[in-house]
Amino acid sequence: MNRNRDYGRWIDRRPTGSFTARSLHMDWPLLLGLLVLSAVGLVILYSSGGQDMALIWRQCIRLGIAFGLMFLIAQIPPHHIERWAPWIFAAGILMLIGVLAIGTVGKGAQRWLDLGFFRFQPSEIMKLAVPMMIAWYLAENTLPPSRRAMLITALIIAVPVGLIVKQPDLGTSLLIAMSGIFALLLAGISGRLVGGLSLLAAAFAPLVWFFGMHGYQRQRVLTFLNPESDPLGAGYHIIQSKIAIGSGGLYGKGWLNGTQSQLEFLPERSTDFIFAVFAEEFGFFGILVLLAIYLYIIARGLYIAAQAQDTFTRLLAGSLTLTFFVYLVVNIGMVSGMLPVVGLPLPLVSYGGTSMVTLMAAFGMLMSIQTHRKLNTSG
Amino acid sequence: MYSRIAIKDQIREGQLFSSRAIIALIFIILTLLAIISRMVYLQILSHEHYTTLSQNNRVSIQPIAPTRGLILDRNGVVLAQNLPTYTLEIIAERVNNMDQTITELRQIVDISDDQIKRFHKQLKHKRRFQPVPLRVRLSEEEVARLAVNRHRFPGIEIAARLVRDYPQTSLAVHSVGYVSRINEKELGQIDPSNYAATSHIGKLGIEKAYEQQLHGRVGFQKVETNVLGRTLRVLERTPPIPGQDITLTLDAELQRTAKQALKGNTGAVVAIDPNNGEILVMASTGDYDPNLFVNGIDHQSYNKLRTSLAKPLFNRALQGQYPPGSTIKPFIGLAGLEDGTITTETSLFCRGWHTIKGDDHKYRDWKKRGHGHTDLKKSIVESCDVFYYDLAQTMGIDRIHDFLAPFGFGRKTGIDISGEANGILPSTKWKRRVRGKPWYLGETLIAGIGQGYTLTTPLQLAKATAVLANRGHSVQPHLLKRATRPDSAPLEYPIDHSTIINMIKEDNWDATIKAMEDVIYGRHGTARRLNHGQPYRIAGKTGTAQVFGIKQDEEYVEEDVGKHLRDHALFIAFAPVDKPLIAIAVIVENGGHGGSVAAPIAGAVIDQYLGGQP
Repeated sequence: MNRNRDYGRWIDRRPTGSFTARSLHMDWPLLLGLLVLSAVGLVILYSSGGQDMALIWRQCIRLGIAFGLMFLIAQIPPHHIERWAPWIFAAGILMLIGVLAIGTVGKGAQRWLDLGFFRFQPSEIMKLAVPMMIAWYLAENTLPPSRRAMLITALIIAVPVGLIVKQPDLGTSLLIAMSGIFALLLAGISGRLVGGLSLLAAAFAPLVWFFGMHGYQRQRVLTFLNPESDPLGAGYHIIQSKIAIGSGGLYGKGWLNGTQSQLEFLPERSTDFIFAVFAEEFGFFGILVLLAIYLYIIARGLYIAAQAQDTFTRLLAGSLTLTFFVYLVVNIGMVSGMLPVVGLPLPLVSYGGTSMVTLMAAFGMLMSIQTHRKLNTSG
Repeated sequence: MYSRIAIKDQIREGQLFSSRAIIALIFIILTLLAIISRMVYLQILSHEHYTTLSQNNRVSIQPIAPTRGLILDRNGVVLAQNLPTYTLEIIAERVNNMDQTITELRQIVDISDDQIKRFHKQLKHKRRFQPVPLRVRLSEEEVARLAVNRHRFPGIEIAARLVRDYPQTSLAVHSVGYVSRINEKELGQIDPSNYAATSHIGKLGIEKAYEQQLHGRVGFQKVETNVLGRTLRVLERTPPIPGQDITLTLDAELQRTAKQALKGNTGAVVAIDPNNGEILVMASTGDYDPNLFVNGIDHQSYNKLRTSLAKPLFNRALQGQYPPGSTIKPFIGLAGLEDGTITTETSLFCRGWHTIKGDDHKYRDWKKRGHGHTDLKKSIVESCDVFYYDLAQTMGIDRIHDFLAPFGFGRKTGIDISGEANGILPSTKWKRRVRGKPWYLGETLIAGIGQGYTLTTPLQLAKATAVLANRGHSVQPHLLKRATRPDSAPLEYPIDHSTIINMIKEDNWDATIKAMEDVIYGRHGTARRLNHGQPYRIAGKTGTAQVFGIKQDEEYVEEDVGKHLRDHALFIAFAPVDKPLIAIAVIVENGGHGGSVAAPIAGAVIDQYLGGQP
């Protein structure tokens, strides 16, 4: 795996001698988008959490940590990231195996690794490690990838996804698989092949249904297809969430006035279902604004990817951005009843630290890519 | 070499990547458009639908029980009220260790194992934030002890709730009745929304008859609730309309006197104000405490009441049907006068028995040797049977029936509480209809002395006496005097003063009533013991009704027959004679002679009532 390869050299892209836009290795347009989104998140969290300032402070601390991590990662030149990619990936795989072996059982699924002083989910690391590993692997090959390269890439995706499915955490494994597939797509895999693989996946779906899924996962899919079949059980979330969104209307019920959320009809309203609170209180126009903020961040991420100077950074930036997008789509899709409930937070808005830290670490890499310039060895 | 290829790759791959990135952006925008169209569907097209669902979700309507009206006697003595009782309740979600809490609470107040079992049962059906009663009817002392220790028990609450209470206990239970928990059958009959917050309903007596007035109108509050049903905010409140207070015609003190006088016997006393039909006394022996029924009587106590030989649950005044015996005589005498069969001068010789031609059956007089020459007056004063055998024989049962019917015999009086018995006023038609048999002359004879088929309730007898005292003016016996209404003048019971019996000769009333006066004031009057120099005059008639048929050649010896087969003692009376204020009927089951047993009871009631009158 570790052949002699040139990771290149990167230098600051910031203008020398002045403290300006890039002096902190920050991509200011991206930072602006993230800050606005976080602020919107805090505003809606204040409402969904029942005006609990303590909750807001805790989220602020998490945001602080996440932005701090982003800042630190932004300082790391991309070639270091590239060099570490396989090691981080290998460590992640080991930890996933560790979770399966000794992981504490939480909510019926083994996801957490308890290291004594703190607990974390190795699957979160894989959200970054898989795109990094694929970008690392594909970067040393010529693109579009050869058949062999694709097979190895598929293996890089399949091993962690398989381990996470086993935990079982359908949402995260889906997300990681998607980010890997996006990396492949961006690397230039042929459209025909994508179509073929999709068909293959569709053919395997029944097998997954019967052999690969836990009862509660099957139930989720069934409930998604017909939430009213179980209005007080599994379908309850979706029914209440749709009521919240639908009753918001064009202009919403106003901040702090969402009855579905304020009166606690909406479950998980500060975490996975916070989008429904937003939709109820700010209405359709509010959603347009929120989606615009997301689109702005995603577009900026793709712009950074397109501007990146080598294959690794391009693929990494592109697949991380697309992972962020998948987060958004899966969350809104499940809250609005378009997708089954898989338990993914609304990126950077939902209450909770784990996914936020991961996402901000990813944005840190994007900023690093944008603010470091590769020394062109060939001149 | 390596780097050269790399540069070449970089350019080509860069272009490839850029085209893929643009495809990705297009894909992203299309996906966002799909999300937006989903939002259009939910928030704009289905907005109304979801708004309705959201409204239904949060606003719930809670009923507020109205306070039940009081029941008072005619002088304002409280017969039924609502007392706050204290209940120890526990809110499960605030208790850390339920078993420990209960164990410690048991050291402070008495809690039986049954109560704990019931508590745990209820706990399962309630939300965790709803209070569940652990102990009901705490004493003042227990409340105080709990209050002192309250800080030790988070999640316990002492709730005050209004519970129906009958301070006079058994005094007027047969008239006032009681409330108890609404049962399945009643649920089907009541307006469910009006009773949404009510747990108890009138089961008997006034409580049942005037349930609608006493209950009031339920109030509502619209509250915003959360998903668990916890009330967060009251949006709107319609206060309940409290039930009307009901004043009864009963006189609690007089009722107490009647009950006291009845003590040791089984029987009933009914006293009516003849001027307006107000029932002053309606006493039936058999005491039970209506408070037992309010929160559900236990099986053991109920069975004891049900199977008791004294039949305490049986309201004799309304449901008891007794042969009127000689108390019927003034009415039949009047019938004879009105009919023209006799005059006040008509006299016959009483030998102690009467026979019908062609039949050797002897219809005996209670006085073995007979009364000798007897006219109407003497027949009433000394209660001669032979005079009435003869009169009845001459008149025939149907004419007697037609005359007695307007007095209310054999028909419900229409009193405002339910459960009244019909009584029987026999006629040939009646016998053919009910018994399917022809009428025999002998039956006419014994009907003449209030025996045989004739049956009356004490209430009917009192009513008939009141009509007699009124000289034919109608009387509608009733218990309701007035009901206070929240927004208008109190509702008074309507009084009907119409004349129901028009005598051809007004003197006939005088003759009969004069004779009844002599029952008390005459030298041979059967109730002469009542004469103790009252400032007012009483008119009455004793009666002794046979329960046990004796054979022709046998003699009735009181001591020889079992207590339950002895004659019923009856007495009817009204006073003062010139301006009647009270009409009364007394029946003492198996009491023996009307004059010695029943009359003193009536006397005690009349004396107390008129003693207080100006």
